[in-house]
Amino acid sequence: MAQKTVIEAIREGMDEEMARDPSVFLIGEDVGQRGGVFLASDGLYKKYGELRVIDSPLAESCIVGVAIGAAVNGMRPIAEIQFADFIAPAMNQIIEEAARFCYRTAGDFSLPMVIRAPWGGGVHGALYHSQSIEATFAHIPGLKVVAPGTPADAKGLLKAAVRDPDPVLFLEHKRTYRLVKGEVPGGDAVVPIGKAEVKREGTDLSLIAYGLMLTYCLEVAEKLAAEDISAEVLDLRTIKPIDQAAIVATAKKTGKVLVVHEDTRFAGIAAEVMAIIMEQAFDALDAPLMRLTAPDVPAMPFNHVLEQAFMPNADRILHKAKELAAY
Amino acid sequence: MASVKMPQLGESITEGTISKWLKQPGDQVKKYEGLVEVITDKVNAEVPAPLAGVLKEIKVKEGTTVTVGTEIAVIEEAVAATPAPGRASAQPPSVSAEREAPRESPSPGEDRGRASDESRTRLSPAVRALIEQHRISDAELSAIHGSGIGGRISKKDVEDYVAKRAQPAAANGEQRQRGAEAAPRPAAVPATPGTPVPLSPMRRAIASNMVRSKQTIPHAWTVAEVDMTNVVRFRQQARDSFKQREGIDLTFVPIIVKAVVEGLKAVPILNASWSDDGVVPHKEINIGVAVSVEDGLIVPVIHQADRMSIAGLAKVTDDLAKRARAGALTIPDVQGATFTVNNPGTFGTILSYSIIAPPQAGILAMDAIVKRPVVVEGDAIAIRSMMNLCLSFDHRVLDGVSAARFLQGVRRWLEGFSEQVPLY
Repeated sequence: MAQKTVIEAIREGMDEEMARDPSVFLIGEDVGQRGGVFLASDGLYKKYGELRVIDSPLAESCIVGVAIGAAVNGMRPIAEIQFADFIAPAMNQIIEEAARFCYRTAGDFSLPMVIRAPWGGGVHGALYHSQSIEATFAHIPGLKVVAPGTPADAKGLLKAAVRDPDPVLFLEHKRTYRLVKGEVPGGDAVVPIGKAEVKREGTDLSLIAYGLMLTYCLEVAEKLAAEDISAEVLDLRTIKPIDQAAIVATAKKTGKVLVVHEDTRFAGIAAEVMAIIMEQAFDALDAPLMRLTAPDVPAMPFNHVLEQAFMPNADRILHKAKELAAY
Repeated sequence: MASVKMPQLGESITEGTISKWLKQPGDQVKKYEGLVEVITDKVNAEVPAPLAGVLKEIKVKEGTTVTVGTEIAVIEEAVAATPAPGRASAQPPSVSAEREAPRESPSPGEDRGRASDESRTRLSPAVRALIEQHRISDAELSAIHGSGIGGRISKKDVEDYVAKRAQPAAANGEQRQRGAEAAPRPAAVPATPGTPVPLSPMRRAIASNMVRSKQTIPHAWTVAEVDMTNVVRFRQQARDSFKQREGIDLTFVPIIVKAVVEGLKAVPILNASWSDDGVVPHKEINIGVAVSVEDGLIVPVIHQADRMSIAGLAKVTDDLAKRARAGALTIPDVQGATFTVNNPGTFGTILSYSIIAPPQAGILAMDAIVKRPVVVEGDAIAIRSMMNLCLSFDHRVLDGVSAARFLQGVRRWLEGFSEQVPLY
């Protein structure tokens, strides 16, 4: 297997799906001739032409709205939102239409579409290029939300998202694009939506994360091992539908759980994970559930020091994990 | 030197039998660490050491019964600085004495195991589950070194302890299981013909109670035949949904107990005790339910049974029986019965003459429910589910008329059973 970056894996995934199924097309700002702002679709315009790799106007409502219309008519669109921070103008299309279409038509129509959105901070992107949006959308029934953290998962989940009958919000952590490298299996390796994965086995405590935080948690687990603390790392991969069984299993196994995300704290994904554990694994707990998140401030700051203060990092996760281990 | 006395392990308990010494003379003991197991009428209890020190002398041998307050052992306090001579109090001489108690602790700075009691006793659900699962006594728990923040006992601490305890010939004597688990099990020893099998404390307690009862209570005995067809039919119908709803089996016992409660309400003289000063009527109706356990019989009590529905009685009965078999009953669980129900019918008996448990005035045996041809109204013969209810009663307290009236009340209630009788 070849070592690839996350961005390469996503490009490959789109390429393979477009080659496999002529109803798959890509639409977004600068995705065509420019190959996307992160070069996720580099080369696809040349290969598939302007009818299947469409440069859209600077209007997210249009990008998603066109995708919805195409999906209703039998296409399988991939709509790219250049930065997740820009998704707000398409909220109406996503929540009021896409999420509810199947329900509204009593199952007569499904909406097989993917909305790709680079999210997350740590890239000095400040207010408009750093935000986490997963909790906002995970709250909406009818949407699936996926947030891979490794190249193999990014490619496998993208394939699954394209083939899924429902709208899938596909979140790509932009810091992982070129930072995280890993083996990507060849062939048509689909990673099922809704399945978390234990990325590292452990017995003393569990770290639950997704996206960039997964990389940090794996780093932390390594450091903890040097101090004789055995940490299990669970990668959620899919945020919704969330893998309750995997969450409960790791909580029961270690009895101590730390959930990490870079989204702000209040009503974040950690809160949901903790609620699941309380409901289903209370008797196995050996410590209060803990979470490490960004603080509840309006947005990721630009100032480097403040950005560092906002984002959870390996040092802070390590500190919190040790606190949990010592409890 | 401080003396350890036989404690009063419950109201109305006047004596106790030493079942097992958990410490031997010369052993170090920690405050509240298990010192000795005591058997009262029916429950095993572990008596903790009242202070830290060295067990000097055992004054009462295993198997011996002594009255409450009798000196059973002598402990020498841990500290050289002796208190006033002749002091027999169980109090530690000073705070420092307790602190000097041998606890496997490193330098004071690092010792988290000794920190606040609040943290120590704050047990997580996982730790509680392990304690339950491995039957760890309070005394054992207090001996576990807490490695968590503030000396909290973590899941790992308990797991390590259990692993250590499981090792044969555990190095330190503080690791013993409590209660019936650790008590000698004569029944398990293959009996040699002609050689007496040593009596288990439970056997001994049953024997002395039964002898006392038969020697002091003039037993009278009477039987009523009850047509249980309606009850049997109802139970068959309700059983599955009840099990689904409540998670327990709907047996005949709670239904009979309900009938007995109704009978006792109608004939309150049977819910009373004999005393030389007069018959003492009881305010509460507390029904003892006999449960057979591995090496004998135990009678946990459904307190205030008159305040419970059939479903409530079923829940309590199920819980008591489970805990009885697990050896997890507490002293209040077996105290205060005012009347007893016995269920030998599950073993197929049809007429049982039970012995009254003093100071109660009666005991009712449910015998087997069997299908029999019965002459019913209109001189027809029908197949009915019949059961004998056998009542032993204290003839000092009441006469045959009251006894028969009680049985009649119970019988009528059971025979009149229908779906209209509320389960809840």
